Amino acid sequence: MSVLVTERSRVIVQGVGREGRFHAAQMRKYGTKVVAGVKPGAGGTSIDDLPIYDTVHDAVEATDANASIIFVPAAAAADAILEALDQELELVVAITEWIPVHDMLRVASVLARTSTTLVGPNCPGVISPGKGKVGILPIDSFSSGSVGFVSRSGTLTYEIADLLSREGFGQSTCIGIGGDPIIGLPMPKAVQLLNEDPDTRALVIVGEIGGTDEEDTAAYLRAFGTKPAVAFIAGLSAPPGKRMGHAGAIVTGGQGTAASKVEAFRTAGIPVATRPSEIPQLLREQLS
Amino acid sequence: MKLHEFQAKQLLHDAGIPIPKGGVAYSPEEAAAVATSLGGTVVVKAQVHVGGRGKAGGIKAARNAHEAREHAASLLGRELKGLRVEKVLVEQAANIARELYLGVTLDRARRRPVVMLSTVGGIDIEEVAVSSPEKIARGWPDPLLGLQPFEARGLAFGAGVPVEQREAVVDVLRRLYGIFTAKDCTLAEINPLFVVADGTVLAGDAKIDVDDNALYRQPVLAAMKEVSAIDLNEEKAREIGFSYVRLDGNVGIIGNGAGLVMATLDAVKLAGGDAANFLDVGGGAKEEVVKAALEIVLSDDRVRSVLINIFGGITRGDEVAKGILDVLAEMKPAVPLVVRLSGTRATEGRALLEGKPLTSRATMDEAAAEAVRLAKAAPAIAARRSA
Repeated sequence: MSVLVTERSRVIVQGVGREGRFHAAQMRKYGTKVVAGVKPGAGGTSIDDLPIYDTVHDAVEATDANASIIFVPAAAAADAILEALDQELELVVAITEWIPVHDMLRVASVLARTSTTLVGPNCPGVISPGKGKVGILPIDSFSSGSVGFVSRSGTLTYEIADLLSREGFGQSTCIGIGGDPIIGLPMPKAVQLLNEDPDTRALVIVGEIGGTDEEDTAAYLRAFGTKPAVAFIAGLSAPPGKRMGHAGAIVTGGQGTAASKVEAFRTAGIPVATRPSEIPQLLREQLS
Repeated sequence: MKLHEFQAKQLLHDAGIPIPKGGVAYSPEEAAAVATSLGGTVVVKAQVHVGGRGKAGGIKAARNAHEAREHAASLLGRELKGLRVEKVLVEQAANIARELYLGVTLDRARRRPVVMLSTVGGIDIEEVAVSSPEKIARGWPDPLLGLQPFEARGLAFGAGVPVEQREAVVDVLRRLYGIFTAKDCTLAEINPLFVVADGTVLAGDAKIDVDDNALYRQPVLAAMKEVSAIDLNEEKAREIGFSYVRLDGNVGIIGNGAGLVMATLDAVKLAGGDAANFLDVGGGAKEEVVKAALEIVLSDDRVRSVLINIFGGITRGDEVAKGILDVLAEMKPAVPLVVRLSGTRATEGRALLEGKPLTSRATMDEAAAEAVRLAKAAPAIAARRSA
């Protein structure tokens, strides 16, 4: 088993511009069932052999889709997420970056009333190597195995997955939860999914400065963790008050520092790598 | 994006929250004129984006126009915590009986706005939050409903606001929450809210931060943006779609993906150096992207070496390498470049870089160490050149 994305994922693409089309093709190439695209006004046409519908409702009705991936530009992205939530899909992955945070506050409030899992926004998505991907992650970095991987980052996720794969640590599922302050699937919940997944034997957690998600994750694992885990925190050298690329990566009022997150994981008995390159070795030690 | 106090107060005023009478002055003469029109004691306040202005000497009381002119003269042009004071706010002094704190910001963990109210106002609220959290009443309204009257009342009771001010404080709190949502704020704060001797309330100071992602739909606020000389690169980078943050070191950094760039800065630090900047070129790493990024980093004359750390994901490593070589041929940078390619077709990419006027390293740790070594060696080269 794996979590969120499996062989039975049937995906629609909201936003079939250049990015959406490219990644729809990539996902299909990986064997993921991409069943429809949504573009208001273009219903009844097809793009790259993908049937297009005017609304998510129509697409789901026609194709029995259970997941959506969103590439819609920031100004309209919250609306696209709400449209997907309205159809009670199992999984919605929002790739879009730069969504206004107040839009995400409203989305989060609606999300809390649904049973949908929203991953992102501002995220690379989810891959269960060998089974499918709903995201933009480059498949070459990933290999199938039993390490569950949760990360707030994009390329750093690929980099670390690459390191893990080279050292023989394949992955059950990798979840890129996104770098925004308000995200659909916070780190503790993503880690919980993998902690409770019978086919995941170890956890790798990659956090960064900003917020208290890592501290909350460490507290969760301290209480409920059943598997060996290794963490890495990016942003140890970041000065306070500066937003480091990700809207969520900012240290404010002494909160959200890398030091506090490192301390939280160590207190929970989880070793924290100083550099990404140390992660495979730490994992090996944890597993032995 | 941070607003100045006078801009934040204008928003409060527009929303019906009482503020002291006053005006902005760009010269001592203007400050004197504002003071004369206000009459009586005034306060001259430096308008710069720093916290703790009072303690840093940026706020001064003046009994008359003459003193207002003198205070303005001493503040204008001066640096406050590294930022130059270019304007002051001259305000009528209030007869203060007590001070309250009101604030709205984001609670990331709860994924809700958090509204805060305290009768301990006028001081650093973050200190209060640590030393005596029970003195701050907090509420988490549903953003779909907004701050309801019962919630605002509950906060006033919880914070122990005196009965005489309860209604006025509840009113200000709800209006402040209205600004927070209508203006796409990440922070809207009145600290302190003065309770004046006659029992009325008045916003003594205000701090408003606006979500950069929402500036496209807040044109009035977007127009308030000020770009200081030091932030020019940040502005230029933003226009191209990069994230750039100026830092204090001398190793220029370019990478793709915020997390990867942060990890690169950390690697430079661990190698004994300091990054001059954070620069995330975002997804993809095509030739023109690398070129634009190099132009920005090389325009910073503190930079002694440049570390380019690119993960070839969907973009292939050999394509990135070709892009870097083209840029190199065209720009001929004077500072040494260290390139680290990883991911898809990175081996092929590194092979292309071999024998070229740059240093290529296979891992992030090695590349960081080399970039730091070159940055440390660079001043000696400069000295030799000038000799």
